[in-house]
Amino acid sequence: MTDPGRRFVSTNRRVREDRRFVAGAGRYVADLDIPGTLHVALVASTAPAAKILGIDTTEALAMEGVVDVLTGEELSAGVAPLMNGLDTPRVRRFPLTVGQIRYAGEWVAAVVATSRALAEDAAEKVRVRTEPLPFVIDAETALGPDAPPVHPEHGSNLLLDKTFDWGPVADDFAAAEDRLSLRVTWGRNATVPIETFGVIARWNPWDEMLDVWASIQMPKYADQIARALKLPGNAVRVHYDVDVGGSYGVKRGIKHTVLVSYLARKLGRPVRLIEDRLENMRAGDAQGPERIFDIDVAFDRDGTVRSMKMRALDNAGAYAGRAPFQLGKPIGAIVGPYRIGSVQYRAMSVTTNKAVQEAVRGFGQAPTNYAIETMMDRIAAHLGMDRLELRRRNLIRADEFPYTIPSGSTYDSGDYHTVIDKVLAHADYAALTAERDRLRAEGLCAGIGIAACLEPSGGNSSFEPLLNENNRTSTWMEGSRVIIDALGGVTVTIHTTSSGQGHETLAATVVGEELGIDPDRIRVTRPDSLSSLPGNSPVGSRMAIMLGGAAARAARDLKRQLVAIGAHAMGIDPSEASYEAGTITAPDGRAVGWDELVDIGHRRFHDLPPGTNPGLAASFIQQVPTGVALPEDGKVQMYPCYSFEFHLVLMAFDPVLAKPEIRRYVIGHDCGTVINPHIVRGMTLGGIAHGIGAALLEEFTYDDGGQLMTQSFLDYLMPSSHEVPSVEIVHHCTPSPLTEFGQKGSGESGYLGAPAAISGAVQDALSPWGVTVDKLPLRMSTISDTIADAETAA
Amino acid sequence: MKTELTVNGRTHVVEIEPRTTLLDVLRDGLGLTATHAGCEHGVCGACTVLVDGEAVRSCLILGVQADGLDIRTVEGLTSGDGTLDIVQDAFCETHGLQCGYCTSGMILAAHALLRVNATPDEEDIREAISGNICRCTGYQQIVEAIALAAERMRTSNVLGAGEVVK
Amino acid sequence: MKPVQFDYVRPRTVEDACGILAGDMDARVLAGGQTLVPMLAMRLSRPSVLVDITRIEALRGITLTDDTVEIGAVTRQAAALASEVIRDEVPLLAKALRHVGHPPTRSRGTVGGSVAHGDPSAEIPLVMTVLGAGIVFTDDDGEEEAFEPADFFIGPMLTSAPMGGLLSRLVFSRRGSAPTGTGFREIASRRSDYAFASAGAQVVLKADGTCAEALLGIGSVGDTPVAVDVAGLSGTRLTDRDIRGAVAEALEDLETVDDLHATARYRKRAAARLAELALTEARDDALEQAG
Ligand code: FES
Ligand code: FES
Repeated sequence: MTDPGRRFVSTNRRVREDRRFVAGAGRYVADLDIPGTLHVALVASTAPAAKILGIDTTEALAMEGVVDVLTGEELSAGVAPLMNGLDTPRVRRFPLTVGQIRYAGEWVAAVVATSRALAEDAAEKVRVRTEPLPFVIDAETALGPDAPPVHPEHGSNLLLDKTFDWGPVADDFAAAEDRLSLRVTWGRNATVPIETFGVIARWNPWDEMLDVWASIQMPKYADQIARALKLPGNAVRVHYDVDVGGSYGVKRGIKHTVLVSYLARKLGRPVRLIEDRLENMRAGDAQGPERIFDIDVAFDRDGTVRSMKMRALDNAGAYAGRAPFQLGKPIGAIVGPYRIGSVQYRAMSVTTNKAVQEAVRGFGQAPTNYAIETMMDRIAAHLGMDRLELRRRNLIRADEFPYTIPSGSTYDSGDYHTVIDKVLAHADYAALTAERDRLRAEGLCAGIGIAACLEPSGGNSSFEPLLNENNRTSTWMEGSRVIIDALGGVTVTIHTTSSGQGHETLAATVVGEELGIDPDRIRVTRPDSLSSLPGNSPVGSRMAIMLGGAAARAARDLKRQLVAIGAHAMGIDPSEASYEAGTITAPDGRAVGWDELVDIGHRRFHDLPPGTNPGLAASFIQQVPTGVALPEDGKVQMYPCYSFEFHLVLMAFDPVLAKPEIRRYVIGHDCGTVINPHIVRGMTLGGIAHGIGAALLEEFTYDDGGQLMTQSFLDYLMPSSHEVPSVEIVHHCTPSPLTEFGQKGSGESGYLGAPAAISGAVQDALSPWGVTVDKLPLRMSTISDTIADAETAA
Repeated sequence: MKTELTVNGRTHVVEIEPRTTLLDVLRDGLGLTATHAGCEHGVCGACTVLVDGEAVRSCLILGVQADGLDIRTVEGLTSGDGTLDIVQDAFCETHGLQCGYCTSGMILAAHALLRVNATPDEEDIREAISGNICRCTGYQQIVEAIALAAERMRTSNVLGAGEVVK
Repeated sequence: MKPVQFDYVRPRTVEDACGILAGDMDARVLAGGQTLVPMLAMRLSRPSVLVDITRIEALRGITLTDDTVEIGAVTRQAAALASEVIRDEVPLLAKALRHVGHPPTRSRGTVGGSVAHGDPSAEIPLVMTVLGAGIVFTDDDGEEEAFEPADFFIGPMLTSAPMGGLLSRLVFSRRGSAPTGTGFREIASRRSDYAFASAGAQVVLKADGTCAEALLGIGSVGDTPVAVDVAGLSGTRLTDRDIRGAVAEALEDLETVDDLHATARYRKRAAARLAELALTEARDDALEQAG
């Protein structure tokens, strides 16, 4: 897949970050040893909803090692409320709750002590007097007129209810030959990194500087800290050279950070909060979307899908946060890879007495893809049509790109039919079908699942102004700087943390490519936030496009400077000079080498071309390609680039035991030009593993009493090496016309289609009984009970 | 409670509170932070160390219980000069990791396997790491890394599994 | 997630250990710790003192007597799994041990710990229930008291362990010379999770190939593992139909529980399915031995 003109991009080079990790030399937040640090443990509420009558900290304060016990009352007087995404000013949220408990596990007080164990000892002795309040757990119940409001000041549980009509929906429905409705439910799961969230804050009163080290993946983190603590922006210094032990969207510990930052200022000592797993699961505010989709779809008897009405009802949990925006991003790919002429979309977000929802890999796209793909399967079943044939008929064709969908986004490029054909050929689809039928004849349930899904990438935040008119954000830029030092060494900067995506490898590769030098000789550093260029962190599958773009453009600027210097030294016009691997050559064969260029650039102002600054440095701040305008008429260009994935799964299980076993898993993947094949492969395989978890195992389940039943890894089940099969990846490359190398995003690949494909395989396996299971995760006992009921009925 | 811990061949006499797990003793007491805490209740395997050559979860052993046992952590696999051992190198070769958080545990689980099985097949490898959760990779590149390490160990004369640079 | 404060002692003899346990209601035995330490971490267990019995030599090891195999309580599960004596003499246990946890927990977890904990989904208690193995306690005077599994496992995480006593060893009968087949099956969301249902079976064949004895037990579906009467299979040729019929009859009144991960009715059907599979596996195993 290597472009002949490229030396490093797309080659199978090692991932440079791996060396420190295999040596155990990663530097995670909990590894930092900052002298004098105090430890926080939280007092968690036991009730899902209650009025706080009083908090007695006397006994706790008297215990060994205890330095302070902080309550919400005190904290809220000293900090601003945490930011809401929507314009919902009466849904106020502080790191420690004030006056009222809104979910089981919510933080009521924080104990600070000289060790974590002592802090936990004292946390048990903080007495919280409460009076129970009615609560609501279920999203549909929460909408009802009698539902107890989670935030009485807000008036109802409804955070967002917005209906978009894109195109002639009513006309298309009227004209269509057939229609059907379906409901599918996406259970509340999350990516649950193996490292919990952690943060350390240190306040220096003499410099008036707050230093923060955190396991974070969050846009505008430093700004949010400063705002909450009412500090100037330049009084907060976030250290980006902290390794993050996985995030996939969820590491957004702003409440933790505001809490320890306040304590660090108050106590004059560094303070750290490293969540334990219980705190993380029940109150880390890192649970993902939980969504009910109701779909009406209109189509013709030949399978042409004309129009779709989708209502997505999302359970945001106890506070607003950014959760509602996860209903917004999928608008950028609301028709999936299909030519659906018109869409009505109603996005609803409600509060309930569950933990707060946070961003999860794909930012709402995986649930939407699951809904769309289930819809396609239902239409095929309804028409008695082959599922692949139905999809082929509706897929956007390669010659139709760039293709604008009804909600206003233009898909950059793709060749969906070819990817599917390649996968079917690789897997020998006819043989796979025969294998399924053979398994069925053996008495097993067997099914084939397919999913054709998009991964919007390049992470813009157009959903913010789209869902909140007061929000005028139209850029989610990302910066990088490239410097050649006086000895000729090249250093590139990254202005964010990373959580396993290989950004150092990315930056070195693209700069090496531009400058024609070995990426392994390029240093990559992460300055702190005050020394950084603006950026928006690695969310929305954006870094290959945004950081890759910024670093490549900065390197190109530097190359231009080198050419100018070399040309000037040889007395020729820069346009006549050529650049190759650090040497500038004149048409007559004379050349100026790297060392000489560096010497001129750093030491010999008199040899520089007139008007040129000394020193060899360049920066570039990349705007999101296509991110040019605010929404208009409910339409906007969401993300710039669209990767495509096609999943094909063969599944089998015993009809009684019903343990889904994946016999074969093939995925076709097209994310344009691949910068590093190892990284993209890893993202895809890891994303599929997440998808298997979401489809079959993982759920934050609450009981009728509002208690989280899956608080530990004994009950929240993540796939192990036994549950994740070997996956075959079939590559295809349709370059994006919008990016430096033709690259698109891949940080969410695999996850965006795997749940749909696995569910599809289970439904196909159930098809002989004419039943479906429409809620994820597909629990074994539900599958088995469904079959048993069907047999009884028959 | 005074406890004698032998870690990576070095013996330390340390004063340990009985409630402190071996994991916390290694990290906080001895500054050996390659061993990570993932769940602290024995499910994820991030805290895996070798005890007498076998993979165990250091969050499920109290420090005081480890008295006199031979404990190995990832810090003990290399001499610190930038040379990787065969398993570590294989993980780099196949990119058997992303965020690196589960990696120490995975590498030690691999060592425990390769010490007793020089020719593991895929099923053996998957079983050996089945107690270690990785949220990044989907395991495939880890399985490939361990198979590659096994192959290289069989065909090379460099340090084998369980042999550790002193 | 740090435990409460407690003391820790590491006695060298059973008598010393029992003495401490008898003198302190809140003292707890610490063996492999694979179940206890998570409970400590979550502060669900709050002992005053932990009595680490893993260095008591008398409690370790696998001994063959004329008609029994005795397994010391602190024998590691990994050691039991590797034991040829267990493989040859108590094959059902050897089969079940493969399903206990996974390699890093078996390397520390003890055979006795798994029994003392009384988890209804644990594999070793199920095997003991199927085979009617003995559970021996020793007190501080060196007096021994033996329990049958049916009397010992009385509820979820509940046993009739005597106060101040120490589980010292498990006693299994050696298999006879007649073809003895075994089968063990369980089902869970993930392979190494606590099972939703499990079944262990052992059949002995007569020289004519008919069944001399059939044993079956079901675990994970209720409060304790239960032995299920499939004596009706004796004298049959253990055809698939025989097995299906016997299982259906034997499990008709099986009581099963609902929880987060599986419904009671699922457990009931799964138990029957696993019982059939375990008995079939046992039959095929015995037939193979019979040649
Ligand atoms: S931290 Fe020890 S198993 Fe998870
Ligand atoms: S590499 Fe991130 S959890 Fe395994």
